[in-house]
Amino acid sequence: MTKDKVKKIIAKIKRITGRFHEMNILLVLIVLIISFAIMNNRFIGFGNITNLLRSTSIIGVVAIGMTFVIISGGIDLSVGSVLALSSVIAARLMLAGVPVYLSIIISLATGALAGLIMGVIIYEARVPPFIVTLAGLSVFRGIAMLLTDAKKIIGLPVSFTNFAVVRVFGLPAMAIVWLVLIIIGVIIARFTVFGRNIYAIGSNQEAARLSGINIRTSIYKVYALGGFTSAVAGILMTARLAGGSPSAGVGYELDAIAATVLGGTSLTGGIGGVFGTFFGTMIIATISNGGNIMGINPFVLEIIIGVLIVLAVVFDHLQKRRGI
Amino acid sequence: MGSENKEIIRMEGIYKQFPGVQALENVDFQIHEGQIHGIVGENGAGKSTLIKILTGALQPTSGDIFVDGKKVIISDPIVARNLQIGAVYQDLTVARDLTVAENFFLGQIPKSRFGFVSWRKMVKKTAEILKELNIEVRPNMILEKLTAAQKEMVLIAKQYFKKYRVVIFDEPTALLTSKDTEELFRIIKKLKKEGVGIIYISHRIEEVFEICDTVTVLRDGKKIVSIPINETDIDGLISRMVGRNIDDMYSINHQKLTKEVLRVENLSKTGVFKNINFTVKSGEIFGLFGLVNSGTTKIARAIYGSQKFDQGSIYINSKNVRITSPSMAVANSIGFLPEDKKTEGLAIKLSVRHNINLSSYSNISRMGFVNGKLEKKNALQQVKSLNIKTPSIEQIVLNLSGGNQQKIVLAKWLVSQCKIFIFEEPTAGIDVGAKEEIYKILELLIEKGSAIVMISSYLPELIGIADQITVVYEGTQMGTLSRSEFDEKRLLQLATGVT
Repeated sequence: MTKDKVKKIIAKIKRITGRFHEMNILLVLIVLIISFAIMNNRFIGFGNITNLLRSTSIIGVVAIGMTFVIISGGIDLSVGSVLALSSVIAARLMLAGVPVYLSIIISLATGALAGLIMGVIIYEARVPPFIVTLAGLSVFRGIAMLLTDAKKIIGLPVSFTNFAVVRVFGLPAMAIVWLVLIIIGVIIARFTVFGRNIYAIGSNQEAARLSGINIRTSIYKVYALGGFTSAVAGILMTARLAGGSPSAGVGYELDAIAATVLGGTSLTGGIGGVFGTFFGTMIIATISNGGNIMGINPFVLEIIIGVLIVLAVVFDHLQKRRGI
Repeated sequence: MGSENKEIIRMEGIYKQFPGVQALENVDFQIHEGQIHGIVGENGAGKSTLIKILTGALQPTSGDIFVDGKKVIISDPIVARNLQIGAVYQDLTVARDLTVAENFFLGQIPKSRFGFVSWRKMVKKTAEILKELNIEVRPNMILEKLTAAQKEMVLIAKQYFKKYRVVIFDEPTALLTSKDTEELFRIIKKLKKEGVGIIYISHRIEEVFEICDTVTVLRDGKKIVSIPINETDIDGLISRMVGRNIDDMYSINHQKLTKEVLRVENLSKTGVFKNINFTVKSGEIFGLFGLVNSGTTKIARAIYGSQKFDQGSIYINSKNVRITSPSMAVANSIGFLPEDKKTEGLAIKLSVRHNINLSSYSNISRMGFVNGKLEKKNALQQVKSLNIKTPSIEQIVLNLSGGNQQKIVLAKWLVSQCKIFIFEEPTAGIDVGAKEEIYKILELLIEKGSAIVMISSYLPELIGIADQITVVYEGTQMGTLSRSEFDEKRLLQLATGVT
């Protein structure tokens, strides 16, 4: 092949992949999976892959909401605490004899409300999201602890806790919830007015405002969405632990941010997407799962993940500087 | 006077070419010790370009600069600083959260014997300077806590402290009250006495007469005259600033004005503007003219709901409306083109397609879902009709040129269903060719029966295309002239507060 031909092909690939911000990160994921599969055939087994999906689903769901918040130019540090709060609320309601479905609905509503309250404070009082959600991290965890005396709530109906082990078409139900939410997330981001406006606000809030976009409702909605996905994760967590745990989800905000950033979403807002976050979440999970199977020291894995996050962002910046 | 003193700087035959614009053409300029040299001219006359060349922010295309008769090349601001040329800009470039003393010593903080910061030395020296200049500010005050006037005084004191030989003032009184202005003049005169050469740029003609010894008039990038101030008067100066023929660039088809679409009654905001009244009809281009900080942009933003006002009412199609946010303005079919496109008009990380549809998503969606086909159609149509040069509608706007970015902001409003447009300096910072294209777009809009409120500080442009012009000076409406009464000199007099 001549040099020109190669150039042409590369240009063509760039044209196609350039439209999907997530392509780079998907490539990394594929390379990872293939190399683990080559090194250890246990990794690629159906059982392991579905397990991987199930154990990752909770942080994966949290990361979806986080992605929207970050695209809007904000941040949500309260996700782990909201997760715990919705977990204990759902558990207490079920124990009190409230039907399972109703308990779940109320718990999800609580999560969305928690997010909404933070959104209102962020917009109306113009307090930086970092501060408001840092306070949320503290407050909602505190409420969850108060509600339970810091003890785990057990004895939930089997019909509910079964959810953690049920499979549909061979896939864990928890993973299905995650995948469905990803699809919904992609649709919201790409095909709704709300989604478009969130990108615009994250890219340039003043321009968005002067374009007639209602910043207030968009900010309210995006934090409510963040609270909602945290609550969904809370429900999944409750099912997996077979109980409501006030100490669940500690540190999840950082894991979710890591997955989001690794997936190509810009911390300054305006750029990114839910698919990218899915790949980012999967990369982190794959490294720790594959590494574990191969017997690599888990602390080494943590270092690798940290390096990867920095590399992903550096790579992103380099690409932008070249104006691709 | 002045001229018998020693010359500090001489600029000879300065040319500056920007893409499509000749910003400066064969300009000579001198500044002597103890001289206060005013530079006047309309917006776009080349004042700030000349200053930027002197402070090293821009390089001349050709021409020479001499300091003490020796040729120098001011390749960047550091060179200017070493040549002891300083400038006080109106956007107050300071470290706001630090103290006055720290700002004085920024970058060269004195150390004690043990290598620690010597606060004592810093405060003492700063206090001395402040006292010498009679500025009532304490050295350990945080700059942010000072009034605009005090901040400016501190900045000037810093120039004095640094022993600059030439100090440039760019619209120094724009943010000051008349009492503060007196104080400023006192300090400028003190600098003059010390032998500092002062370049003074102001839109306020009276001020120039009050403080300057010599004045240079620039027009369209050329030096018209440099004369001692006592050899001219306000009238003479203004006619030298104007003296231009309005060319065919502005020949647009004016529409017959019929129906009132926008009426503003007694719009007031304490300390910013008061009792603003005007009516705009369908098919009209209504000019809102004022010099820097006259309040025109504040008025426009109040109408658009992006800034609050205290009193007054706004009528759209003769119906009283209350608009408290831009999204309500858009719902009332008012569109707004901000002056600073990059920071206020564009989401530069997003695509051309996304930006063009930014204000229209509610129009092209059902149940919250965007109609992707319509979105694409809107973008393609605008790219074609406005001749926006972009590889595709998926291109990120960051990578486009300024003129094309400008067109995208305009396109955003063209696809919206707005009927009333407020355009803030729509042709600022773009070349002649692009300007003409923008005028064509405005013409198209009024042909379709839209109404345009156009804010411009470039008078020839407004005279060229507006049907009516109202002039604002320091928040006061000085008068409204209709097309047959347009007179550049008269408008400029109103805009400089001469009645």
